[in-house]
This record gives sequence, C-alpha cells and structure tokens, in this order.
Amino acid sequence: MNIDGINNGIVLDHISAGKGMRIYELMKLDRLDCMVAIIQNASSTKFGKKDIIKVDGTGFKLDLDMLGYIDQHITVDTIENGRLVKKQHVDLPEELTNVIRCHNPRCITSVEQGIDQKFRLSNRQKKTYRCVYCDTEYREKED
Amino acid sequence: MNEIRNLINITDLSTEEIEHLVTVADDIMAHPEAYQDMCAHKKLATLFFEPSTRTRLSFTAAMMDLGGNVLGFADANSSSATKGESVADTVTMAGCYADIIAMRHPKEGAPVVAARRTTVPIINAGDGGHFHPTQTLTDLLTIHRKKSRFSHLTIGLCGDLMFGRTVHSLIEAMSRYEDVHFILISPPELRLPDYMKEMMDQKGVLWEECEKLEDAIPKLDILYMTRVQKERFFNEADYIRLKDSYILTRKKLGPAKADMIIMHPLPRVNEIQVEVDDDPRACYFYQALCGKYIRMALILYLLGLK
Ligand SMILES: [Zn+2]
Repeated sequence: MNIDGINNGIVLDHISAGKGMRIYELMKLDRLDCMVAIIQNASSTKFGKKDIIKVDGTGFKLDLDMLGYIDQHITVDTIENGRLVKKQHVDLPEELTNVIRCHNPRCITSVEQGIDQKFRLSNRQKKTYRCVYCDTEYREKED
Repeated sequence: MNEIRNLINITDLSTEEIEHLVTVADDIMAHPEAYQDMCAHKKLATLFFEPSTRTRLSFTAAMMDLGGNVLGFADANSSSATKGESVADTVTMAGCYADIIAMRHPKEGAPVVAARRTTVPIINAGDGGHFHPTQTLTDLLTIHRKKSRFSHLTIGLCGDLMFGRTVHSLIEAMSRYEDVHFILISPPELRLPDYMKEMMDQKGVLWEECEKLEDAIPKLDILYMTRVQKERFFNEADYIRLKDSYILTRKKLGPAKADMIIMHPLPRVNEIQVEVDDDPRACYFYQALCGKYIRMALILYLLGLK
C-alpha cells in the first residue's frame, strides 16, 4: 500500500492501533476538502501495530491536548513544502475542553446551553479526569 | 480593583480567611449595632432556582442586619428559568442590579457557570448534592464558638456518610487542621466514599469506621448527626436492624463527654430525639443562629467591606 508524501500539513504517527478513527472524528477531518488518509494497522517497530493519519492541507484545529488525552504515544509531524519542520510529542493535558462529555445527569452541563465541557486532570498516575463543574470523575463508555 | 472572590466550595477559602470570617462573626455577635449600616445601599440577589426557605431566610436576614437590601426569586417557577433562560443569562442580568449574588440551583456546578459570567461575587447557596459551603461555614463557626479551636478534636460523623454533602464538606474543611480525628459512624451501605478516605490519607488525617454510635460516643468532642433515609438501604431487613443505631437518645448520651457538642445541619426527622433538645450539649439550634452571623461576615468579606 502506498500513500503519497504530503506537501503542507501534518502526519500523526504512532497512534495506538484502533484509535485513528476516533481522532479523525474529534478533529472533524471529514469537513476538510484536502486529502486525508487514515492508515490502520500499519506495522510499527515499537508497538507492533499503529494507526497513522496524514492531512495534506490546513484549516483544521490541531488540539494537542486532545491528542495527548487520547493517546500519549502520538507524535505530530508538521510538514511544510514537503519537508519535516517540527516534531511534537504529546502528553496528558491538565485541562480538556470539549473532548469528553460529563455523564453525570445532575451536572449543569446536562441542561445549560452553550457551555464548554471542561475537565481537569485529577490523578496523573491513574489518568483520571474530573468535570470542572460537578467534580464527577469521567469514566470511558460509549459516547 | 482586586479580583472578584466567589465562594463555590469551602476549600476556596484559606484557613486564614476562615479564621478572619469567624473573628468577624464573633464581633458581629458581640456588637451587632456596629454593623447595622455597613451594607447600606448594597443589594444582595438571592437567586433560588430551587426552593430552600431556611437558607434563603438566613441570607435575607444576614443582609438586612447589615442594612442592605435583598431582591431575587424563591424558586424557578417565579423566574425566567422556567422559560428556558440559562443560568449564565439569569446571573448576568442579576449582576446588573445587585452587588452580590447568593444562588441555589438543583444542578451540580451551576455556580461555576455563574462565576464565569458575572462581575459580582457569587456565593453558592447549594448546588444539588454537590457543595453547600455556607452550611460548612456555619458548622465551623459553631465549632469555634463552642470549642474555641479547630485542632485537637475527635469528630464523630453519624448517619448517611455516602450522600451527605454537609459531611463531605466538613471533612474537607476540618482536615486542614492539626490533630483532627474522624470517627465515621454509618451502616456499611452508607459509608464515606473512597475518594474522601483517600483525601484524608493524603493529608495524614486519622480516621476510623464504626457501625454503632454507642461504641464511638465516649471518645467524641463533637457528634455530627445526619439523617439516614430509608430509601438508601438495599433492603428492609437491614433498615430495621440498623435504624435505631443512628438515632440519638438521652440514654445513648450517657457515656458521652460532658463538653461534647451535638450538631445537625437541620432539618431533622427523628435521628435526634426531641428529649435530647434540653441537653446542654445540643447545639443544632445554636447552629442555625450562627448561620446568619457567618453569612454576614461572608457578605462583608466578599464585598471588600471587612
Ligand atoms: Zn459534570
């Protein structure tokens, strides 16, 4: 399988296999009209398998906090004029905005219009986040 | 102009600030006339998206005793909130008329939304089952007036420790002082949540769990009672077996220290028998009185007047 190199854009490399699609959706890459490639289950020397996303274009929001939350292994390569100009690593962010939703039905975010879903890192070892409004700890489930 | 201060959670206040509020409240109690005009021409908005007569009256009385005025609504039905207006918009509007806002809302975190929008101080007067910091301030003033200290105390918390927000806030507030020891008296179903225990462990606070009030009572300096609701039990048999363990009677007070104080956030149902009310150790009505004075001190502080 052959994917062309890109001229101006980004490559998200070392995404844990299976998480590529979630990132594609969170970055709203479906709304772009430039070339976007998602490669699933590419072979990786480090992790066995990985996903890769390549975007040849601009106009998307690069949210490093979101990427860090989804997967701390990701590296972000920025390409300009066909050359790698920046390589960034991501980490668990202190705060997350509009990436996950509070599941507490008693939380103000369940009724109030137009407010951001905000979470803060409550325990770095356990990778847990709490809603800044109601303090409920976030648990992964079908969003 | 300083940054606007809000009170969302009790831990928004440092121990020094709590000390200050207690000192001012003491002074108001001793010299109420010196404070009677301090809030002249100031307005407090009481925005109660859910009714709580007790808390609203306490805020209203506090502002009136400072010579200020009060406006607002007592429940969502009498406000624009029923027309679908957001918390942010209601509070922004109120901030145009009032100098300070006390709000109560059934949803958790509503005051955080409010505080991000207004330019006047926000006091959380209860947000669902989440926080109720002025209740905790009331408890703290009561403890300080009766015990003259926040450190070196053994505090028994009795009843529903799982859902009881007043208990959680009091533990958070008291865990910041030296040599405070908690005895958590509850049925297994209603034990304090693990994250609260982790918080105490992190701070090096001593705590122990116990199922029967009788076993703990002789050790206590403070007994904080809360209501055990039947609906919280998994089955009827457990409720019947355990319910009397969490009811305070004159007989159970027998082995208690002579200077122990009995507290309760009120309203009570039957968890403190009426016969206990005459005991000099009963402080729960005194607590209600303290509630007004500490709210006066808080209003003055947040308005930058004292
Ligand atoms: Zn929430």
